[in-house]
Formats: sequence, structure tokens, C-alpha cells
Amino acid sequence: MNNSVVNTGRLLGAGLRALLVLTLLTGVLYPLAVTGVAQALFNNKANGSEIKLDGKVVGSSLIGQQHYGLDYFQPRPANGLGENTVNTQYKLILSGATNRSADNPQLVTWVKQAKAKVVAENSTADYKVRPSQVPADAVTSSGSGLDPDISPAYAELQVHRVAERNHLSVARVEKLVEDHTQGRTLGFIGEPRVNVLELNIALRELAKGR
Amino acid sequence: MGPVLAGVLQLLALIAALALAYVPLGTYMARVYSADRHWRVERWIYKGIGADPDTEMRWPAYLRGVLAFSAVSVLFLYLLQRLQGVLPLSLGFKSIDPDQAFNTAASFVTNTNWQSYYGEQAMGHVVQTAGLAVQNFVSAAVGMAVAVALVRGFARSRTGELGNFWSDMVRGVTRILLPGAFVAAIVLVACGAIQNFSGIHEVGQFFGGSQQWNGGAVASQEAIKELGTNGGGYFNANSAHPFENPTPFTNLFEIFLLLVIPFALTRTFGVMVGSVKQGYAILATMATIWVGFVGLMMWTEFAHHGPALQLAGGAMEGKEVRFGVGSSSIFAVSTTLTSTGAVDSFHSSFTGLGGGITLLGMMLGEIAPGGTGSGLYGMLIMAIIAVFIAGLMVGRTPEYLGKKIGTREIKLAACYILVTPALVLVFTAFAMALPTPAHSMTNSGAHGFSEILYAYTSAANNNGSAFAGLNADTQWFNSTLGLAMIFGRFLPMVFVLALAGSLGEQKPVPETAGTLRTEKPLFTGLLVGAILIITGLTYFPALALGPLAEGLAS
Repeated sequence: MNNSVVNTGRLLGAGLRALLVLTLLTGVLYPLAVTGVAQALFNNKANGSEIKLDGKVVGSSLIGQQHYGLDYFQPRPANGLGENTVNTQYKLILSGATNRSADNPQLVTWVKQAKAKVVAENSTADYKVRPSQVPADAVTSSGSGLDPDISPAYAELQVHRVAERNHLSVARVEKLVEDHTQGRTLGFIGEPRVNVLELNIALRELAKGR
Repeated sequence: MGPVLAGVLQLLALIAALALAYVPLGTYMARVYSADRHWRVERWIYKGIGADPDTEMRWPAYLRGVLAFSAVSVLFLYLLQRLQGVLPLSLGFKSIDPDQAFNTAASFVTNTNWQSYYGEQAMGHVVQTAGLAVQNFVSAAVGMAVAVALVRGFARSRTGELGNFWSDMVRGVTRILLPGAFVAAIVLVACGAIQNFSGIHEVGQFFGGSQQWNGGAVASQEAIKELGTNGGGYFNANSAHPFENPTPFTNLFEIFLLLVIPFALTRTFGVMVGSVKQGYAILATMATIWVGFVGLMMWTEFAHHGPALQLAGGAMEGKEVRFGVGSSSIFAVSTTLTSTGAVDSFHSSFTGLGGGITLLGMMLGEIAPGGTGSGLYGMLIMAIIAVFIAGLMVGRTPEYLGKKIGTREIKLAACYILVTPALVLVFTAFAMALPTPAHSMTNSGAHGFSEILYAYTSAANNNGSAFAGLNADTQWFNSTLGLAMIFGRFLPMVFVLALAGSLGEQKPVPETAGTLRTEKPLFTGLLVGAILIITGLTYFPALALGPLAEGLAS
């Protein structure tokens, strides 16, 4: 009896020492080594791919922002984004999806409303958007709620509105969208996309120099 | 090029990359677990542990090592979270509540990585990097060690000795996971995954004002999270978050990482039992199921049935534009057929049948190709069952790899396959019968039931993905899911190691004309059939109430 207690204690001690040694290796040395290499070789990327405009950081090319005015290209809806509730000294954005199922009535309503909004907002005096033109990404929330991209179809749909509001020709804005459309990596990986923040920065510059 | 063709090409590219890695990695891993010499750094580690790495262990000793190390790990990770409030580098985050801390500790030690917390508002640098990420390494290494012990049981004769747990576990970390994760982490950073210790900081926005971001050791954790089939995200959005998975390429790369070790371990198995063809037969079984599931998933997701998705014109709810439907489908199947549970898109918003495929993937026991180590031993158990079924058909004592599958062996294998279904179905039944757990559902009807079924399936099979509409941060779910994870991980390991012991003690049976040729395609077909039938019979009623009901209604 006593013997087995001693043996168990010994074994648990070995387990604890193993854990501590491996924590040092994989929980301290490894992340520090990766951070060292990352910061030395890929400084901007390791720190969040920040983009500057007029010397000021205006965000990350990887993180989608909400609340662009209608003069600008709109991102995807983000109904799954939350705010922090646990540590309220911070104002953190909580990434996330809506997790609504395909037959969820609330999701159906969201999609309906988003579609109506996209149609209404993007129809101008001489350009009427048809509901069938609205691509899926324009009316659905992404997985992270931080999707930095929209589909080229959604960007094109917004061209007339953006051109009119910025007093630019449709052709120039179309060209802008085209220049900011990224195809599939190596021609087949992922989907074609337009980075909204980068596009809007270019738009602001274009409108300024008009 | 259309998105369907692009999806298929991505699948083919993935298969090609996995095929290229198969022989070198599998053979290398066999050498890792067979080598006599220790690296210098390993000697230091053994000295630190106070264990002799050359002592052979019988199965009870091996099991005691697994359990002692894991028990200490749960306790350590629990305390780390409970003390977070007073630890340095915690960014002012508070200590985690007892029920959630237990759930998270159980989750990461069992290679599940179910998360009932939001990473960005709950866990500081110390818990993430020195607690959670460490378990990403060691829980994977423990799984591989147990698998290797079982393989030795097949490979060795007239001995109950299965190797040394400390040596197998440490080598898994130092020679396989650590180098692999380091390279992978650098690749991820080069593509845009973040890796810094800047904590929470303000970043300007396009329209003035600022937003607050978490900095952290994300890429280093992301790499091992995939490579070790763990799946716990640094951020709540997991691999959908652009800082964890920034580009279409990283998405494919992460799928590769989470599949490469489980698939290559079949080669390791083949080399160690002295017949790589046996490894190919197991590989073929895994690959058949995986490719079949990917095909089904792409079909249903591109067809986007379900009222909301039909209205939207595509299954993009919960999916990122840069990945699209094709790549997200491959990820979803790969993460649920392994024990990873990382997600690049949210399964709850998949089509009804798509969600069902992710559920069924886990219900197969995560063996195609399964978790690091756990996939191989799970599949070998199914192989024993298949051999037994074949033996019954022809009235012969079944044999596998020259070992008799007698009463004791088949009892252990049967116990193994009963553990997780029992956990899943009993806990789900209780959760549905009690008045309060159902309050956690976001969706109602069949999908609400699926949320709870998914949670226990994910926990008991150590997957960790979720139909995340379920609010799992309640005492009921934190406690019961924590228990499901622990029993779902360690009870099967008990049976696997006991089986390894009894196989190793046997003397080999000579091969005769009547021996079932387990390296042939016929056996692969038998094995695939046995897996699907056993899983189907076990779970069909539950699946019919959830995803099938939802899928057929739309």
C-alpha cells in the first residue's frame, strides 16, 4: 500500500518535471525563436500588415473594417462580430461568425434585408441593380467577421454608386476595381477577391487628385 | 475557371503534396522511434525528468506514464488559468472560472481543443504560449507514442515490452513536431500570420478613431495547432481569422499540415511491421473515406440547399471570400476526419447535409486519417474488427499481421469502439432530457439538436470543432464536455495499450494459404465497409433527428 503511494508520487513527479522541461522548450524557447526570426525577416507582416495613409496607420490589409460611408466601397456584413464582455478595460472586437443555420429564420431575414439594402444603395439614376445581380458574399457574414475582401462581382456592383458620389467616371472606378482584383493564387488556389481597405485608400487618392 | 474546378484542382494539389511527403516523412518517423541513439538535448531532458530512456516498459508501465504525464498536465494547465490574474504578461486578463478552466485544461491535454472561451478576451500571453501551445505539442506526442506502442505490439513477438514512454514522447516533440512546427510557423508569418508580443494595442482606422488588436505568438501556435491536429484557435474565429490564416495559400498549407502526419504514420506503421504494403492498405482505407467525404461536401456546399443560402445565392455564410466554398469544404472535412477541429469556416452555417458530413466524419472515430497517433491506432482497431468479421464469415480464427485475434484481443477492440458512442449518446440524451441545457441553443428544431449532438461528438472524439451557436460556457457543458473529452481520450488508450501488450506477448502465426491477405484492395474494401456499417448502425437514429431531418427538409 505504502509502496504504491510512493511509486505513484514518484511517477507524478517525473511527469511534472517532464512537463516543465518541455514547457521551457516548446512554450518559451520555440515561440521566442519564431518571434526572433519573424521580426527580423518579416517585420511588417509579423506585426499585422499595417497600412499607412498620409503617415498615419489606417488599419491592416488583413483585417476588414466596418462603417465606411456610402462614398466608399462597402465590406461584407459582419453579424457575427462581438464586443468583449469579460475584461471591459479593453474595447476588443471579438471575431466570429453568426453560426445561424441555413434554415434559421433570423438568417433568412438578415439575408433579405441585406439584399434589399445592397439593391437600394447601389442603384443610381441611370443604373438599376437587379436582386439577381447581388452575389452571395454581399449578403452573408464571413467566418471571422473580419473578412478583408469582397468578391469582384460585389465590387463591380458598387462601381456606379461610388463613381457618382465621388464625381468620377464609371470607367475610372471600374479600372480601379480591376487593378485591385486579386486572382486565384497560382491560378487555382482560393477565390478571386478585392481588398476593401486597399481599394478605398486608392479611391480616396483618386478622388483627391481628381 | 469556375469555383468547382478550382476546388477540385486544390484537392488534387493537396493530394500531390501529401503523396510527396508520405515516404520520406513516414520512413523518417519510423527511424525516429527505432533509433538507439539519443540527441544531446534529449539527454538533458531525460536528466531533467529523471527517467532512463532505455528501460523497456510493459503495457501497464507505459500506460502509467501516459496517465501520470497527462494528469499532471491537466492540473498544471488548470492552475495556470486559475492564477492568470496574478501572473505577469497576462495583459490584465482575469483568472478563468473553475468550470471553464477545467474544461479548457481537459480540452487541450486530450488533444481536443474545444474552446468555451473567446481567445481574444480571455487568455493572456502566458496561458496561450506557455500553457495551451505546450499541450498542442505534448498531447500530439502522447498520441503518437501510444500509436507506436501498438505498432510495436504487432511488430514484436514473445515479449510484453512496448518501448519507453518518456523516450517516445520526447522524441515525438524534439524530432518531429518541433522542427516541423518551426518551419511551418515561418512560412505562415511570411504569408501574413502575426507573431509578436505587443499585447493589446490601438491601431488607427480608415474612418478615424482606432480599434484594439491582440498581438501574440499566433503563427507559432497556429503551426503546431495544425501539425499536431489540435485545433484550438488563438482567436475566437480560429483559422477563419486573417491573422491565423491570411491567404488562400496558407489555407491549403494548413490543411496539408493537419493531414500530413496522420497519413504518413501509415508508412511508419508499414516500415515498423516490416511490410510497407500493409501500410498502403491502411492508407488506402483512410484516403478513400477522406476523398469521398470531400467530394460529398463540395457537392452539397456548391448546391447550397437551405432557405437562407438559396436566398443568398451561395453557401457563403460563415465562409471567407479568400477561401471560397471549395477550399472551405476541403478544410471542413479534413478537420473533422482528423482530430483537429480547427475551422476556416463555420460548420453551423453549412448546408444541413454539409453539417451532417462534418458530424459523421467525427463519428467514424476520426480514423481517416485521424489525429496524430490516435488516427492510426483507431484505424488499426477497426482493422482488427474487420479481420474478425471476415474470420466469422469463413469460420477461421482471425489473424492480423501474424497475430491471432483471440477472445482477449477482440474484447479489448470491442471495448475501444464502444467508449465514444456511449459517451456521445448518453451525454446527448441527458442534455436533451434536462430542462436547462437546451437554453444554450442558438438555432431551434433539428439544428438545435445537432448543436448538442455535435458538441458531445466533438468532445468524446477529441475533435474540438463546434456548431458554435451553442453557448457552451455553462457549468453543465463545461463539466460534462470536459468529462467526455477525458474519458474519450484515455479509456481508449487503456484498451489500445492492453491490446498492444497481449499482441506483443504472442508468438507469430505462420502465414498459410488460408490467411486473409490484409495488404490487398479486397481488405481495404472490407475495412471501409466495416467502418461505415458500424458507425452507421451506431449513430443513424441520432443523425436522422438532426442533420438528416434538416437536410431533407430543405
